Amino acid sequence: MLDVANGHTTRHRPAAGGVVVSWPDSAASPTPGWPHRHLLDVDQLTRDQLEECLDLAVEMRERRLRRETLDLLRGEVVGLAFCEPSTRTRVSFELAAEALGAQVVELPIDVSSVTKGESLVDTLRTLERTGVTTVILRHSMSGAPYLAARSVPVRIVNAGDGSHAHPTQALLDALTLRDALGSLDGRKIAIVGDIGHSRVARSNLHALTALGASVWLAGPPAWVRGFESWPGVHVADRLEDALADADAVMTLRIQLEREAGGGVPSLREYTARWGLDADRLAVAQTGAPVLHPGPTNEGVEITADLAASERSLIGAQVVNGVAMRMAVLALLAQ
Amino acid sequence: MSSFGSLGDLAATFVLTGARVIDPSTDADAVRDLAVADGLLVDPATVPSDAPRLDGSGLVVGPGLCDLHVHLREPGMERAETVESGARAAAHGGFTTICAMPNTDPPLDEPARVAMVLDRARNRACRVRVIAAATRGREGERITEIGELAGMGIAGVSDDGSVVASARVARGLLAYLAPLGLPLIEHAEDPALSTGSVMRAGETATRLGLAGWPASAELSIVERDIALADETGGWVHFTHLSTEGGLNAIRRARERGVRVTCDVTPHHLALTDAWVAGWRGFSWEEPGGVAADPFGAPLDAELAYDPACRVNPPLSSRAEALALLAGVADGSIDAIATDHAPHPRERKGVEFGAAAPGMIGLETALSLGLAAVEAGSLQLRSLLAALSTRPAGLIGETRTLANGALADLVVFDPAARWLVEAPALASASSNTPLLGMELPGVVRMTVAGGRITYRDGLGAIG
Repeated sequence: MLDVANGHTTRHRPAAGGVVVSWPDSAASPTPGWPHRHLLDVDQLTRDQLEECLDLAVEMRERRLRRETLDLLRGEVVGLAFCEPSTRTRVSFELAAEALGAQVVELPIDVSSVTKGESLVDTLRTLERTGVTTVILRHSMSGAPYLAARSVPVRIVNAGDGSHAHPTQALLDALTLRDALGSLDGRKIAIVGDIGHSRVARSNLHALTALGASVWLAGPPAWVRGFESWPGVHVADRLEDALADADAVMTLRIQLEREAGGGVPSLREYTARWGLDADRLAVAQTGAPVLHPGPTNEGVEITADLAASERSLIGAQVVNGVAMRMAVLALLAQ
Repeated sequence: MSSFGSLGDLAATFVLTGARVIDPSTDADAVRDLAVADGLLVDPATVPSDAPRLDGSGLVVGPGLCDLHVHLREPGMERAETVESGARAAAHGGFTTICAMPNTDPPLDEPARVAMVLDRARNRACRVRVIAAATRGREGERITEIGELAGMGIAGVSDDGSVVASARVARGLLAYLAPLGLPLIEHAEDPALSTGSVMRAGETATRLGLAGWPASAELSIVERDIALADETGGWVHFTHLSTEGGLNAIRRARERGVRVTCDVTPHHLALTDAWVAGWRGFSWEEPGGVAADPFGAPLDAELAYDPACRVNPPLSSRAEALALLAGVADGSIDAIATDHAPHPRERKGVEFGAAAPGMIGLETALSLGLAAVEAGSLQLRSLLAALSTRPAGLIGETRTLANGALADLVVFDPAARWLVEAPALASASSNTPLLGMELPGVVRMTVAGGRITYRDGLGAIG
């Protein structure tokens, strides 16, 4: 049972260090009437809405760089409900919510009881009664945020559900790619790895194709099969086909335990056939950037050299992550 | 005003005038008067003049429905259903016989437990037959005392909920059952292929990021058991068949004389895997939204991942549902059986992957079938045969509307519509994705063994 009274930690926005403004006044300000109460996946967003998220994130990034403090979420209580271990996404959301002036509570959810499916709705109802207005939900089961959104009168931001969706990751990836490539229209983006189990990949397929890119998938057959008829998506038989003339390449974290599931005979063979290095990328467009949602298994899906090279946008993805989550929270709070 | 009766009531006497009487056992289909005197079907001219006369115009009379696959949850999960509430749900749905599956807690794997359920089933609103566990504890190792159980009138044996995983045990069961004339009722699912999966593999599962079990998980067991039945002379009955491949294997086996039968659920005929993504159209309707565009269409946040759509075997693709419907139409599927699987709210109001599999079906089976008939996808006579005469024949019961027989029938209004909602259901549970939908087909009266077990809008029980 969740003990909200004693279990949570409350962090207040640091008072010092910036200019507090009430609402961004530039052209990129969110137009009133953002039609979505929740962010469950990017599939709910039109192309214009996707672009609006990206534009607002750019503005958030600049304001953050100028150390401005925004109070768009003053009075809001954002609960971080991470029912699955996560550090990067959780910290990114926490920084984003604090940067907007929200009160942030970290919810000490017993991961084991939630993954048993016993108490998600019950837990969230309790939180709602204690004043939480937005829940950032990370959950091991696909579709859990839909259950939450139907059951509890709070805003739900999906921070990753099972193999299904990770909308803020897809948005920050789209922003990172737009920064690097200008527009995504007509671009070829390759995604390499375990697409089938990847919520990052699924949300990216929605976002990137909606923004006009074609996406090529490569990886062991068991991990890429089934996506063939997704509009704008191509499943490559060979890694080289996916990488050829690619404008950008994204590789995914290999879940080390998945080799037992029959996807690949060994990590060694995975790396030999699908691991990314500079040589393999020679067939892509010159200087084509490389993305990875992190954390990387260096030497498995990507070499340490490549991950640290100038082509790597992994650092930019992290920076954009906070800005994008600020943009999303600001839009939903309207 | 609806009311329930029971098999312990006085035998009924009434005349139903001007109803369409369909009797698949004789291929009869005519508008006529139908009379029951002291529980027996008789010539209307012979009924005493003071017998209640009921207006049957616009109504259809068919033989009492027979469900080969029902979970009554007693003992062990009486919050979800009891023998009593399940029997009422059956009568409300037009059923006069239901077969209770043995995966209760504890399971019905020994004569005393079977006797207990049969005792509780006496004088309810529906006949209740028991299917005994095939193996002790449903553990798939030692077979139950089938000889003694056969003497108690069981309808067959099954480890439903699980397959008999060991081919050696399945072979032994088929051999032991053969001289008893009882079927091994098999839940065809190879766990090596399905473990961890929560829906049918396919584009919808890929879209939703849900692990999908491939059709081969059913086919591999169907092929295995056909080989075993062929060798032993035993009778295998595949319940809740859900794949076209499985159906074709059964057709081929039957052609060469293997004793194999099968049933399909109403939801595998009418619903599709797109329901998990939030689509709410029947298989025979033109797909739209996420059913037509499984990757591109946005999910409906209100309906996507509805745990009520989690069933095992999982809902099939539209193409497979239509192939199964064709199997009912051409007779290669012997029966429609509901796999009525009640669950309390706490086992369904959870994440899709954590939800207990199964949906209730006794009170919506006829309506879903009638929706298919209305759409022109199934003949009414084929529907009634698959819901009554043919399953009844598999468990040694007869269904006929000929004079002289004990009255065992359902009277329904095929055109009237009803709203599926919890208060309208006699089941103790309401786990079905059909809640909130209006379906055709309202049962006006159910008569089991000459007794009126359910009546709605046809006057007081006389």
